Amino acid sequence: MNETASPDDKTRRDFLLLSTVAVGAVGTGLAIWPLVDAMNPAADTLALSTTDVDLTPIAEGQSITVVWQGKPVFVRHRTAAEIKTAEAVAMIDLIDPQTDKDRVTKPQWLIMVGICTHLGCIPLGQKSSEPKGEYGGWFCPCHGSHYDTSGRIRKGPAPKNLVVPAYKYLTDTTVKIG
Amino acid sequence: MSNKFFENPVIKWVEYRLPIFSFIDESVGSGYPTPKNLNYWWNFGSLAGIVLTILIVTGIVLAMSYTPHVDYAFESVERIMRDVNYGWLLRYIHMNGGSMFFILVYIHMFRGMYYGSYKEPRELLWIIGVFIVLAMMATAFMGYVLPWGQMSFWGATVITNLFSAVPIIGDSIVTWLWGGFSIDNPTLNRFFSFHYLLPFVIFALVFVHLWALHVHKSNNPLGVDIKGPEDTIPFHPYYTIKDLYGLGILMIFFMFFVFFAPNFFGEPDNYIKADPLVTPPHIVPEWYFLPFYAILRAVPDIWFISAKLGGVIAMFGSILILILLPWLDRSPVRSARFRPIYRQLFWVFVVDCFILGWVGANSPDAVFHGIPFLWIGQASTAYYFAHFLFIIPLVSILEKPKMPPESINAAVTNKGAAS
Repeated sequence: MNETASPDDKTRRDFLLLSTVAVGAVGTGLAIWPLVDAMNPAADTLALSTTDVDLTPIAEGQSITVVWQGKPVFVRHRTAAEIKTAEAVAMIDLIDPQTDKDRVTKPQWLIMVGICTHLGCIPLGQKSSEPKGEYGGWFCPCHGSHYDTSGRIRKGPAPKNLVVPAYKYLTDTTVKIG
Repeated sequence: MSNKFFENPVIKWVEYRLPIFSFIDESVGSGYPTPKNLNYWWNFGSLAGIVLTILIVTGIVLAMSYTPHVDYAFESVERIMRDVNYGWLLRYIHMNGGSMFFILVYIHMFRGMYYGSYKEPRELLWIIGVFIVLAMMATAFMGYVLPWGQMSFWGATVITNLFSAVPIIGDSIVTWLWGGFSIDNPTLNRFFSFHYLLPFVIFALVFVHLWALHVHKSNNPLGVDIKGPEDTIPFHPYYTIKDLYGLGILMIFFMFFVFFAPNFFGEPDNYIKADPLVTPPHIVPEWYFLPFYAILRAVPDIWFISAKLGGVIAMFGSILILILLPWLDRSPVRSARFRPIYRQLFWVFVVDCFILGWVGANSPDAVFHGIPFLWIGQASTAYYFAHFLFIIPLVSILEKPKMPPESINAAVTNKGAAS
Protein backbone atom coordinates (compact mmCIF):
# COMPACT_ATOMS: atom_id res chain seq x y z
CA MET A 1 0.00 0.00 0.00
CA ASN A 2 2.44 2.65 -1.17
CA GLU A 3 -0.07 4.49 -3.33
CA THR A 4 -1.56 6.68 -0.61
CA ALA A 5 -1.01 9.87 -2.61
CA SER A 6 -2.25 8.61 -5.99
CA PRO A 7 -5.53 9.84 -7.50
CA ASP A 8 -6.78 6.21 -7.47
CA ASP A 9 -6.61 6.27 -3.74
CA LYS A 10 -8.91 9.27 -3.61
CA THR A 11 -11.59 7.53 -5.63
CA ARG A 12 -11.14 4.37 -3.56
CA ARG A 13 -11.65 6.38 -0.38
CA ASP A 14 -14.70 8.06 -1.90
CA PHE A 15 -16.07 4.66 -2.81
CA LEU A 16 -15.45 3.32 0.69
CA LEU A 17 -17.07 6.37 2.28
CA LEU A 18 -20.13 6.26 0.01
CA SER A 19 -20.66 2.54 0.41
CA THR A 20 -20.27 2.79 4.20
CA VAL A 21 -22.84 5.58 4.32
CA ALA A 22 -25.19 3.67 2.00
CA VAL A 23 -24.97 0.44 4.02
CA GLY A 24 -25.43 2.46 7.21
CA ALA A 25 -28.51 4.20 5.81
CA VAL A 26 -30.09 0.93 4.67
CA GLY A 27 -29.28 -0.66 8.02
CA THR A 28 -30.83 2.26 9.92
CA GLY A 29 -33.93 2.03 7.71
CA LEU A 30 -34.23 -1.70 8.39
CA ALA A 31 -33.83 -1.10 12.11
CA ILE A 32 -36.52 1.61 12.14
CA TRP A 33 -39.07 -0.39 10.14
CA PRO A 34 -40.07 -2.70 13.06
CA LEU A 35 -40.77 0.40 15.16
CA VAL A 36 -42.98 1.86 12.44
CA ASP A 37 -44.74 -1.39 11.61
CA ALA A 38 -45.40 -2.12 15.30
CA MET A 39 -47.90 0.75 15.11
CA ASN A 40 -49.90 -0.96 12.33
CA PRO A 41 -52.89 -3.20 13.29
CA ALA A 42 -51.77 -6.28 15.26
CA ALA A 43 -52.65 -9.86 14.31
CA ASP A 44 -55.52 -10.12 16.83
CA THR A 45 -56.97 -6.84 15.58
CA LEU A 46 -56.85 -8.17 12.02
CA ALA A 47 -58.39 -11.49 13.13
CA LEU A 48 -61.62 -9.81 14.24
CA SER A 49 -62.31 -8.70 10.71
CA THR A 50 -65.65 -10.33 9.78
CA THR A 51 -69.17 -9.98 11.19
CA ASP A 52 -72.26 -12.14 10.44
CA VAL A 53 -75.67 -10.47 10.30
CA ASP A 54 -79.09 -12.15 10.48
CA LEU A 55 -81.51 -10.17 8.29
CA THR A 56 -84.81 -11.85 9.35
CA PRO A 57 -85.79 -9.46 12.18
CA ILE A 58 -85.42 -6.31 10.05
CA ALA A 59 -88.82 -5.24 8.68
CA GLU A 60 -89.21 -3.25 5.49
CA GLY A 61 -88.36 0.42 6.09
CA GLN A 62 -86.23 -0.41 9.14
CA SER A 63 -82.49 -0.13 9.67
CA ILE A 64 -80.05 -1.67 12.10
CA THR A 65 -76.46 -0.81 12.95
CA VAL A 66 -73.95 -3.61 13.44
CA VAL A 67 -70.29 -3.34 14.45
CA TRP A 68 -67.64 -4.52 12.00
CA GLN A 69 -63.93 -3.90 12.71
CA GLY A 70 -64.99 -1.43 15.40
CA LYS A 71 -66.95 0.58 12.83
CA PRO A 72 -70.72 0.95 12.55
CA VAL A 73 -72.27 -0.75 9.50
CA PHE A 74 -75.74 0.39 8.39
CA VAL A 75 -78.04 -2.41 7.19
CA ARG A 76 -81.23 -0.97 5.70
CA HIS A 77 -84.27 -2.88 4.44
CA ARG A 78 -85.31 -0.41 1.77
CA THR A 79 -88.89 0.22 0.69
CA ALA A 80 -89.89 -0.04 -2.96
CA ALA A 81 -90.24 3.76 -3.09
CA GLU A 82 -86.70 4.27 -1.77
CA ILE A 83 -85.27 1.84 -4.31
CA LYS A 84 -87.15 3.60 -7.09
CA THR A 85 -85.85 7.06 -6.06
CA ALA A 86 -82.31 5.74 -5.80
CA GLU A 87 -82.41 4.12 -9.23
CA ALA A 88 -84.02 7.13 -10.91
CA VAL A 89 -81.17 9.56 -10.10
CA ALA A 90 -79.24 10.80 -13.15
CA MET A 91 -75.46 10.27 -12.93
CA ILE A 92 -74.88 13.94 -13.73
CA ASP A 93 -76.55 14.95 -10.45
CA LEU A 94 -74.05 12.98 -8.36
CA ILE A 95 -70.87 14.27 -6.71
CA ASP A 96 -69.34 10.76 -6.72
CA PRO A 97 -71.18 9.07 -9.64
CA GLN A 98 -72.17 5.46 -8.96
CA THR A 99 -75.34 3.61 -9.95
CA ASP A 100 -77.59 2.18 -7.25
CA LYS A 101 -77.06 -1.30 -8.80
CA ASP A 102 -73.31 -1.05 -8.15
CA ARG A 103 -73.95 -0.40 -4.46
CA VAL A 104 -76.24 -3.37 -3.64
CA THR A 105 -76.37 -7.10 -4.27
CA LYS A 106 -80.10 -7.36 -3.62
CA PRO A 107 -81.90 -4.00 -4.10
CA GLN A 108 -83.93 -4.26 -0.85
CA TRP A 109 -80.80 -4.61 1.31
CA LEU A 110 -78.48 -1.61 1.44
CA ILE A 111 -75.34 -2.42 3.43
CA MET A 112 -72.66 0.21 3.97
CA VAL A 113 -70.17 1.57 6.49
CA GLY A 114 -71.94 4.24 8.54
CA ILE A 115 -69.02 6.66 8.66
CA CYS A 116 -69.19 10.01 6.95
CA THR A 117 -66.48 10.22 4.29
CA HIS A 118 -65.71 13.77 5.36
CA LEU A 119 -64.15 13.46 8.80
CA GLY A 120 -65.54 10.23 10.21
CA CYS A 121 -68.68 11.17 12.15
CA ILE A 122 -71.68 8.84 12.15
CA PRO A 123 -74.53 10.18 9.98
CA LEU A 124 -78.04 10.31 11.45
CA GLY A 125 -81.05 8.64 9.79
CA GLN A 126 -80.98 5.09 11.17
CA LYS A 127 -83.92 5.71 13.51
CA SER A 128 -87.24 7.01 12.23
CA SER A 129 -86.98 9.94 14.67
CA GLU A 130 -83.66 11.16 13.27
CA PRO A 131 -83.19 13.69 10.44
CA LYS A 132 -82.55 12.04 7.08
CA GLY A 133 -81.35 15.08 5.18
CA GLU A 134 -82.70 16.66 2.02
CA TYR A 135 -82.46 13.44 0.00
CA GLY A 136 -84.27 11.12 2.39
CA GLY A 137 -81.24 9.03 3.28
CA TRP A 138 -78.75 10.10 5.96
CA PHE A 139 -77.55 13.41 7.34
CA CYS A 140 -74.21 14.03 9.03
CA PRO A 141 -74.63 16.53 11.87
CA CYS A 142 -70.93 17.39 12.17
CA HIS A 143 -70.43 19.37 9.01
CA GLY A 144 -73.75 19.00 7.17
CA SER A 145 -73.34 16.27 4.52
CA HIS A 146 -76.54 14.88 2.96
CA TYR A 147 -76.72 11.30 1.63
CA ASP A 148 -79.52 9.82 -0.51
CA THR A 149 -81.43 6.52 -0.20
CA SER A 150 -78.46 4.74 -1.77
CA GLY A 151 -76.00 6.33 0.67
CA ARG A 152 -74.54 8.52 -2.05
CA ILE A 153 -73.24 12.00 -1.21
CA ARG A 154 -75.53 14.68 -2.63
CA LYS A 155 -74.71 17.87 -0.74
CA GLY A 156 -72.14 19.06 1.80
CA PRO A 157 -68.38 18.74 2.35
CA ALA A 158 -68.02 14.93 2.13
CA PRO A 159 -66.17 13.94 -1.06
CA LYS A 160 -67.32 10.29 -1.44
CA ASN A 161 -70.38 8.07 -1.13
CA LEU A 162 -70.74 6.02 2.05
CA VAL A 163 -68.42 3.04 1.60
CA VAL A 164 -69.93 -0.34 0.67
CA PRO A 165 -67.91 -3.03 2.44
CA ALA A 166 -67.15 -6.43 0.89
CA TYR A 167 -69.94 -8.83 1.94
CA LYS A 168 -71.61 -12.03 0.75
CA TYR A 169 -74.91 -13.82 1.40
CA LEU A 170 -74.25 -17.03 3.33
CA THR A 171 -77.97 -17.93 3.07
CA ASP A 172 -80.95 -15.87 1.87
CA THR A 173 -81.17 -14.19 5.26
CA THR A 174 -77.58 -14.18 6.56
CA VAL A 175 -74.79 -11.89 5.42
CA LYS A 176 -71.09 -12.10 6.18
CA ILE A 177 -69.43 -8.69 6.17
CA GLY A 178 -65.68 -8.54 5.57
CA MET B 1 -24.89 35.73 42.02
CA SER B 2 -22.48 37.53 44.30
CA ASN B 3 -18.77 36.97 44.24
CA LYS B 4 -19.06 35.71 47.79
CA PHE B 5 -21.10 32.77 46.51
CA PHE B 6 -18.41 31.81 44.01
CA GLU B 7 -15.73 32.02 46.72
CA ASN B 8 -17.32 29.20 48.69
CA PRO B 9 -14.87 26.27 48.50
CA VAL B 10 -17.55 23.66 47.68
CA ILE B 11 -18.99 25.85 44.90
CA LYS B 12 -15.46 26.45 43.64
CA TRP B 13 -14.71 22.71 43.62
CA VAL B 14 -17.84 21.93 41.58
CA GLU B 15 -17.49 24.96 39.34
CA TYR B 16 -13.93 23.96 38.35
CA ARG B 17 -15.18 20.54 37.21
CA LEU B 18 -18.65 21.46 35.92
CA PRO B 19 -19.38 25.20 35.51
CA ILE B 20 -23.06 24.71 36.29
CA PHE B 21 -23.42 27.64 38.72
CA SER B 22 -22.02 30.19 36.29
CA PHE B 23 -24.24 28.62 33.60
CA ILE B 24 -27.35 29.20 35.74
CA ASP B 25 -26.12 32.69 36.65
CA GLU B 26 -25.64 33.60 32.99
CA SER B 27 -29.03 32.11 32.02
CA VAL B 28 -31.42 33.51 34.61
CA GLY B 29 -29.19 35.23 37.16
CA SER B 30 -27.15 38.37 37.68
CA GLY B 31 -24.89 37.34 34.81
CA TYR B 32 -27.60 37.84 32.19
CA PRO B 33 -27.70 41.48 31.06
CA THR B 34 -31.30 42.39 30.18
CA PRO B 35 -32.62 45.53 28.49
CA LYS B 36 -33.68 47.87 31.28
CA ASN B 37 -36.94 48.92 29.59
CA LEU B 38 -38.81 45.58 29.40
CA ASN B 39 -42.54 45.94 30.11
CA TYR B 40 -45.00 43.36 31.48
CA TRP B 41 -45.50 41.74 28.07
CA TRP B 42 -42.03 40.27 28.63
CA ASN B 43 -43.35 38.23 31.59
CA PHE B 44 -45.17 35.70 29.47
CA GLY B 45 -42.21 33.59 28.34
CA SER B 46 -41.04 32.76 31.85
CA LEU B 47 -44.64 32.31 33.05
CA ALA B 48 -45.21 29.78 30.25
CA GLY B 49 -42.08 27.95 31.40
CA ILE B 50 -43.41 27.78 34.96
CA VAL B 51 -46.78 26.44 33.76
CA LEU B 52 -44.99 23.81 31.64
CA THR B 53 -43.24 22.65 34.81
CA ILE B 54 -46.56 22.53 36.70
CA LEU B 55 -48.08 20.46 33.88
CA ILE B 56 -45.20 17.98 33.89
CA VAL B 57 -45.25 17.56 37.68
CA THR B 58 -49.04 17.10 37.95
CA GLY B 59 -49.01 14.87 34.86
CA ILE B 60 -46.42 12.50 36.34
CA VAL B 61 -48.52 12.06 39.49
CA LEU B 62 -51.79 11.68 37.53
CA ALA B 63 -50.19 8.95 35.39
CA MET B 64 -49.73 6.91 38.58
CA SER B 65 -53.52 6.52 38.89
CA TYR B 66 -54.54 6.50 35.23
CA THR B 67 -55.21 3.32 33.21
CA PRO B 68 -54.78 3.63 29.43
CA HIS B 69 -57.34 1.01 28.42
CA VAL B 70 -60.68 1.62 26.70
CA ASP B 71 -62.54 -0.33 29.39
CA TYR B 72 -60.89 1.45 32.34
CA ALA B 73 -59.67 4.89 31.20
CA PHE B 74 -62.92 6.76 31.85
CA GLU B 75 -63.44 4.99 35.20
CA SER B 76 -59.83 5.56 36.26
CA VAL B 77 -60.27 9.29 35.68
CA GLU B 78 -63.47 9.25 37.75
CA ARG B 79 -61.54 7.37 40.45
CA ILE B 80 -58.88 10.10 40.38
CA MET B 81 -61.70 12.63 40.87
CA ARG B 82 -63.42 10.81 43.73
CA ASP B 83 -61.06 8.42 45.52
CA VAL B 84 -57.43 9.41 44.96
CA ASN B 85 -56.19 11.85 47.62
CA TYR B 86 -56.22 15.32 46.07
CA GLY B 87 -56.77 13.64 42.70
CA TRP B 88 -59.46 16.20 41.86
CA LEU B 89 -56.99 19.01 42.54
CA LEU B 90 -54.20 17.50 40.46
CA ARG B 91 -56.56 16.84 37.55
CA TYR B 92 -58.15 20.29 37.62
CA ILE B 93 -54.69 21.92 37.79
CA HIS B 94 -53.54 19.78 34.86
CA MET B 95 -56.70 20.44 32.80
CA ASN B 96 -56.77 24.19 33.37
CA GLY B 97 -52.97 24.35 33.22
CA GLY B 98 -53.22 23.30 29.59
CA SER B 99 -55.51 26.25 28.89
CA MET B 100 -53.23 28.61 30.83
CA PHE B 101 -50.21 27.38 28.84
CA PHE B 102 -51.97 28.24 25.58
CA ILE B 103 -53.17 31.65 26.83
CA LEU B 104 -49.62 32.55 27.92
CA VAL B 105 -47.97 31.26 24.76
CA TYR B 106 -50.47 32.98 22.46
CA ILE B 107 -49.87 36.31 24.25
CA HIS B 108 -46.11 35.64 24.09
CA MET B 109 -46.43 35.15 20.29
CA PHE B 110 -48.52 38.29 19.79
CA ARG B 111 -45.91 40.15 21.87
CA GLY B 112 -43.22 38.92 19.49
CA MET B 113 -45.29 40.03 16.49
CA TYR B 114 -45.98 43.51 17.91
CA TYR B 115 -42.40 44.30 18.90
CA GLY B 116 -40.76 42.56 15.92
CA SER B 117 -38.92 40.06 18.12
CA TYR B 118 -38.75 37.62 15.16
CA LYS B 119 -36.50 39.91 13.13
CA GLU B 120 -32.81 39.53 12.42
CA PRO B 121 -30.85 38.24 14.33
CA ARG B 122 -33.64 36.36 16.20
CA GLU B 123 -35.19 34.40 13.28
CA LEU B 124 -34.15 30.98 14.60
CA LEU B 125 -35.32 31.85 18.09
CA TRP B 126 -38.74 32.57 16.56
CA ILE B 127 -38.76 29.40 14.42
CA ILE B 128 -37.89 27.21 17.42
CA GLY B 129 -40.88 28.87 19.09
CA VAL B 130 -43.13 27.80 16.19
CA PHE B 131 -41.95 24.21 16.71
CA ILE B 132 -42.73 24.52 20.43
CA VAL B 133 -46.30 25.56 19.52
CA LEU B 134 -46.66 22.60 17.15
CA ALA B 135 -45.41 20.20 19.83
CA MET B 136 -47.80 21.79 22.35
CA MET B 137 -50.72 21.26 20.00
CA ALA B 138 -49.88 17.59 19.45
CA THR B 139 -49.47 17.08 23.20
CA ALA B 140 -52.72 18.84 24.07
CA PHE B 141 -54.66 16.94 21.42
CA MET B 142 -53.44 13.54 22.63
CA GLY B 143 -53.92 14.46 26.28
CA TYR B 144 -57.54 15.36 25.57
CA VAL B 145 -58.15 11.82 24.25
CA LEU B 146 -56.97 10.12 27.45
CA PRO B 147 -60.12 10.59 29.63
CA TRP B 148 -61.99 8.62 26.92
CA GLY B 149 -65.12 10.75 26.95
CA GLN B 150 -67.34 11.43 23.96
CA MET B 151 -65.40 14.55 22.91
CA SER B 152 -62.11 12.69 23.39
CA PHE B 153 -63.25 9.95 21.06
CA TRP B 154 -64.92 12.05 18.39
CA GLY B 155 -62.33 14.82 18.45
CA ALA B 156 -59.68 12.15 17.90
CA THR B 157 -61.76 10.63 15.09
CA VAL B 158 -62.14 13.93 13.26
CA ILE B 159 -58.51 14.99 13.69
CA THR B 160 -56.94 11.63 12.74
CA ASN B 161 -59.27 11.45 9.72
CA LEU B 162 -57.66 14.66 8.48
CA PHE B 163 -54.71 12.54 7.39
CA SER B 164 -56.95 10.53 5.04
CA ALA B 165 -56.96 13.67 2.87
CA VAL B 166 -53.38 12.84 1.84
CA PRO B 167 -53.59 11.52 -1.74
CA ILE B 168 -53.11 7.75 -2.35
CA ILE B 169 -51.55 6.72 0.99
CA GLY B 170 -54.00 8.68 3.20
CA ASP B 171 -56.05 5.68 4.35
CA SER B 172 -52.93 3.64 5.15
CA ILE B 173 -51.60 6.52 7.25
CA VAL B 174 -54.86 6.67 9.22
CA THR B 175 -54.86 2.89 9.84
CA TRP B 176 -51.24 3.18 10.96
CA LEU B 177 -52.05 6.06 13.33
CA TRP B 178 -54.96 4.10 14.79
CA GLY B 179 -53.26 0.70 14.92
CA GLY B 180 -56.63 -0.71 13.81
CA PHE B 181 -59.68 0.18 11.76
CA SER B 182 -61.09 2.76 14.14
CA ILE B 183 -60.02 4.71 17.22
CA ASP B 184 -59.66 1.92 19.77
CA ASN B 185 -57.43 0.53 22.51
CA PRO B 186 -54.19 0.58 20.46
CA THR B 187 -54.83 4.25 19.68
CA LEU B 188 -55.42 5.12 23.33
CA ASN B 189 -52.22 3.33 24.37
CA ARG B 190 -50.00 5.09 21.87
CA PHE B 191 -51.55 8.48 22.62
CA PHE B 192 -50.74 7.96 26.30
CA SER B 193 -47.18 7.05 25.39
CA PHE B 194 -46.74 10.15 23.21
CA HIS B 195 -48.53 12.40 25.68
CA TYR B 196 -45.95 11.40 28.29
CA LEU B 197 -43.03 11.81 25.88
CA LEU B 198 -43.82 15.11 24.15
CA PRO B 199 -43.66 17.45 27.19
CA PHE B 200 -40.03 16.46 27.60
CA VAL B 201 -39.46 17.20 23.93
CA ILE B 202 -41.05 20.61 24.55
CA PHE B 203 -38.75 21.07 27.54
CA ALA B 204 -35.73 20.35 25.34
CA LEU B 205 -37.03 22.79 22.69
CA VAL B 206 -37.50 25.46 25.38
CA PHE B 207 -33.87 24.91 26.36
CA VAL B 208 -32.75 25.50 22.74
CA HIS B 209 -35.12 28.51 22.56
CA LEU B 210 -33.37 30.02 25.61
CA TRP B 211 -29.96 29.18 24.24
CA ALA B 212 -30.76 31.15 21.07
CA LEU B 213 -32.24 33.95 23.21
CA HIS B 214 -29.06 34.38 25.21
CA VAL B 215 -26.87 34.80 22.15
CA HIS B 216 -28.43 38.13 21.14
CA LYS B 217 -30.32 38.81 24.39
CA SER B 218 -33.94 39.85 24.77
CA ASN B 219 -35.61 42.23 22.37
CA ASN B 220 -37.29 45.22 24.08
CA PRO B 221 -40.29 47.53 23.58
CA LEU B 222 -38.19 50.01 21.59
CA GLY B 223 -36.82 47.28 19.33
CA VAL B 224 -33.35 48.87 19.29
CA ASP B 225 -30.22 46.82 19.96
CA ILE B 226 -28.35 46.85 23.26
CA LYS B 227 -25.46 49.24 22.64
CA GLY B 228 -23.65 49.04 25.94
CA PRO B 229 -23.84 48.24 29.66
CA GLU B 230 -25.80 51.47 30.30
CA ASP B 231 -28.74 49.90 28.38
CA THR B 232 -29.04 46.83 30.62
CA ILE B 233 -29.72 45.70 34.15
CA PRO B 234 -29.02 42.19 35.53
CA PHE B 235 -31.86 39.68 35.09
CA HIS B 236 -31.56 38.84 38.79
CA PRO B 237 -32.89 40.47 40.91
CA TYR B 238 -34.66 42.98 38.65
CA TYR B 239 -36.57 40.67 36.33
CA THR B 240 -36.83 37.71 38.67
CA ILE B 241 -38.85 39.97 40.95
CA LYS B 242 -40.87 41.38 38.04
CA ASP B 243 -41.65 37.84 36.80
CA LEU B 244 -42.54 36.81 40.35
CA TYR B 245 -45.09 39.63 40.52
CA GLY B 246 -46.55 38.43 37.21
CA LEU B 247 -46.62 34.89 38.59
CA GLY B 248 -48.73 36.12 41.51
CA ILE B 249 -51.29 37.65 39.14
CA LEU B 250 -51.26 34.52 36.96
CA MET B 251 -51.84 32.26 39.96
CA ILE B 252 -54.88 34.30 41.05
CA PHE B 253 -56.31 33.90 37.54
CA PHE B 254 -55.29 30.21 37.21
CA MET B 255 -56.51 29.17 40.67
CA PHE B 256 -59.80 31.00 40.18
CA PHE B 257 -60.57 28.50 37.43
CA VAL B 258 -59.13 25.52 39.32
CA PHE B 259 -61.25 26.15 42.42
CA PHE B 260 -64.33 28.02 41.21
CA ALA B 261 -64.89 27.14 37.55
CA PRO B 262 -62.81 24.01 36.88
CA ASN B 263 -64.83 22.92 33.86
CA PHE B 264 -65.14 26.37 32.30
CA PHE B 265 -62.77 25.54 29.43
CA GLY B 266 -64.10 21.98 28.95
CA GLU B 267 -67.04 20.38 27.16
CA PRO B 268 -69.76 18.71 29.26
CA ASP B 269 -69.96 15.90 26.67
CA ASN B 270 -66.57 14.69 27.80
CA TYR B 271 -68.13 13.44 31.02
CA ILE B 272 -70.07 10.91 28.93
CA LYS B 273 -68.02 7.78 28.26
CA ALA B 274 -66.87 7.33 24.66
CA ASP B 275 -69.41 5.52 22.46
CA PRO B 276 -68.14 4.56 18.99
CA LEU B 277 -71.72 4.24 17.71
CA VAL B 278 -73.07 7.65 18.72
CA THR B 279 -71.65 10.93 17.42
CA PRO B 280 -72.39 13.97 19.62
CA PRO B 281 -74.56 16.49 17.77
CA HIS B 282 -71.90 19.20 17.85
CA ILE B 283 -68.21 18.30 17.89
CA VAL B 284 -65.99 21.17 19.00
CA PRO B 285 -62.31 21.08 19.83
CA GLU B 286 -60.81 22.73 22.90
CA TRP B 287 -60.88 26.56 22.73
CA TYR B 288 -57.21 26.90 21.77
CA PHE B 289 -57.84 25.00 18.52
CA LEU B 290 -60.99 26.91 17.50
CA PRO B 291 -59.34 29.41 15.09
CA PHE B 292 -57.59 26.55 13.31
CA TYR B 293 -60.79 24.49 13.23
CA ALA B 294 -62.52 27.45 11.55
CA ILE B 295 -59.76 27.60 8.91
CA LEU B 296 -60.07 23.83 8.34
CA ARG B 297 -63.77 24.14 7.56
CA ALA B 298 -63.58 27.37 5.55
CA VAL B 299 -61.83 26.05 2.45
CA PRO B 300 -64.12 25.05 -0.46
CA ASP B 301 -63.21 22.82 -3.44
CA ILE B 302 -60.51 24.68 -5.36
CA TRP B 303 -59.78 23.40 -8.86
CA PHE B 304 -58.53 19.81 -8.41
CA ILE B 305 -57.95 20.07 -4.65
CA SER B 306 -60.88 18.74 -2.62
CA ALA B 307 -62.29 20.82 0.23
CA LYS B 308 -60.99 18.20 2.67
CA LEU B 309 -57.38 18.31 1.44
CA GLY B 310 -57.52 22.08 0.97
CA GLY B 311 -58.77 22.54 4.53
CA VAL B 312 -55.99 20.40 5.96
CA ILE B 313 -53.34 22.28 3.96
CA ALA B 314 -54.76 25.64 5.07
CA MET B 315 -54.92 24.57 8.73
CA PHE B 316 -51.31 23.39 8.93
CA GLY B 317 -50.27 26.26 6.65
CA SER B 318 -51.76 28.80 9.06
CA ILE B 319 -49.14 27.80 11.65
CA LEU B 320 -46.26 26.99 9.34
CA ILE B 321 -46.57 30.40 7.66
CA LEU B 322 -45.22 31.89 10.90
CA ILE B 323 -41.84 30.34 10.03
CA LEU B 324 -41.63 32.70 7.04
CA LEU B 325 -42.61 35.81 9.01
CA PRO B 326 -39.00 37.07 9.52
CA TRP B 327 -38.60 37.24 5.74
CA LEU B 328 -42.10 38.43 4.86
CA ASP B 329 -41.61 41.53 7.03
CA ARG B 330 -38.95 43.65 5.32
CA SER B 331 -39.18 46.67 7.59
CA PRO B 332 -35.85 47.51 9.25
CA VAL B 333 -37.71 48.84 12.31
CA ARG B 334 -38.65 46.15 14.84
CA SER B 335 -41.09 47.73 17.26
CA ALA B 336 -44.63 48.60 16.15
CA ARG B 337 -44.28 51.73 18.33
CA PHE B 338 -42.46 53.33 15.43
CA ARG B 339 -44.60 51.79 12.68
CA PRO B 340 -47.91 53.73 12.64
CA ILE B 341 -49.63 51.62 9.95
CA TYR B 342 -48.37 48.21 10.99
CA ARG B 343 -49.41 48.95 14.58
CA GLN B 344 -53.06 49.32 13.52
CA LEU B 345 -52.96 46.32 11.21
CA PHE B 346 -51.50 44.24 14.04
CA TRP B 347 -54.64 44.86 16.07
CA VAL B 348 -56.84 44.08 13.06
CA PHE B 349 -55.00 40.76 12.86
CA VAL B 350 -55.61 40.07 16.57
CA VAL B 351 -59.34 40.77 16.04
CA ASP B 352 -59.32 38.46 12.99
CA CYS B 353 -57.89 35.64 15.16
CA PHE B 354 -60.69 36.16 17.70
CA ILE B 355 -63.31 36.12 14.91
CA LEU B 356 -61.84 32.83 13.64
CA GLY B 357 -62.12 31.41 17.15
CA TRP B 358 -65.74 32.53 17.39
CA VAL B 359 -66.54 30.95 13.99
CA GLY B 360 -64.80 27.73 15.06
CA ALA B 361 -67.09 27.47 18.07
CA ASN B 362 -70.21 27.60 15.87
CA SER B 363 -71.65 25.10 13.42
CA PRO B 364 -70.84 26.04 9.81
CA ASP B 365 -74.55 25.79 8.95
CA ALA B 366 -75.45 28.34 11.63
CA VAL B 367 -76.37 31.89 10.70
CA PHE B 368 -75.43 35.16 12.45
CA HIS B 369 -77.92 37.98 11.73
CA GLY B 370 -78.58 36.56 8.27
CA ILE B 371 -74.89 35.95 7.50
CA PRO B 372 -73.88 32.26 7.32
CA PHE B 373 -70.95 31.40 9.60
CA LEU B 374 -69.34 29.71 6.63
CA TRP B 375 -68.95 33.10 4.91
CA ILE B 376 -67.57 34.79 8.01
CA GLY B 377 -65.11 31.91 8.35
CA GLN B 378 -64.04 32.16 4.72
CA ALA B 379 -63.58 35.94 4.88
CA SER B 380 -61.55 35.79 8.10
CA THR B 381 -59.45 32.87 6.80
CA ALA B 382 -58.71 34.86 3.63
CA TYR B 383 -57.73 37.84 5.77
CA TYR B 384 -55.49 35.69 8.00
CA PHE B 385 -53.39 34.58 5.02
CA ALA B 386 -53.58 38.00 3.34
CA HIS B 387 -52.10 39.53 6.51
CA PHE B 388 -48.95 37.45 6.12
CA LEU B 389 -48.68 37.17 2.36
CA PHE B 390 -49.72 40.67 1.21
CA ILE B 391 -50.29 43.13 4.02
CA ILE B 392 -47.07 42.58 5.98
CA PRO B 393 -44.72 42.59 2.94
CA LEU B 394 -46.43 45.61 1.35
CA VAL B 395 -46.70 47.67 4.52
CA SER B 396 -43.10 46.92 5.43
CA ILE B 397 -41.98 48.43 2.10
CA LEU B 398 -44.47 51.30 1.73
CA GLU B 399 -44.79 52.51 5.32
CA LYS B 400 -42.57 55.37 6.50
CA PRO B 401 -41.58 54.45 10.05
CA LYS B 402 -40.90 57.00 12.75
CA MET B 403 -37.29 57.34 13.92
CA PRO B 404 -36.54 54.97 16.79
CA PRO B 405 -34.38 56.42 19.58
CA GLU B 406 -30.64 56.13 19.38
CA SER B 407 -30.39 53.77 22.33
CA ILE B 408 -32.42 52.31 25.17
CA ASN B 409 -30.57 54.50 27.66
CA ALA B 410 -31.20 57.69 25.67
CA ALA B 411 -34.93 56.95 25.43
CA VAL B 412 -35.30 56.06 29.10
CA THR B 413 -33.29 58.91 30.59
CA ASN B 414 -34.71 61.69 28.38
CA LYS B 415 -38.24 60.45 28.52
CA GLY B 416 -39.82 63.91 28.84
CA ALA B 417 -37.78 65.39 26.01
CA ALA B 418 -38.18 62.39 23.66
CA SER B 419 -41.94 62.17 23.74
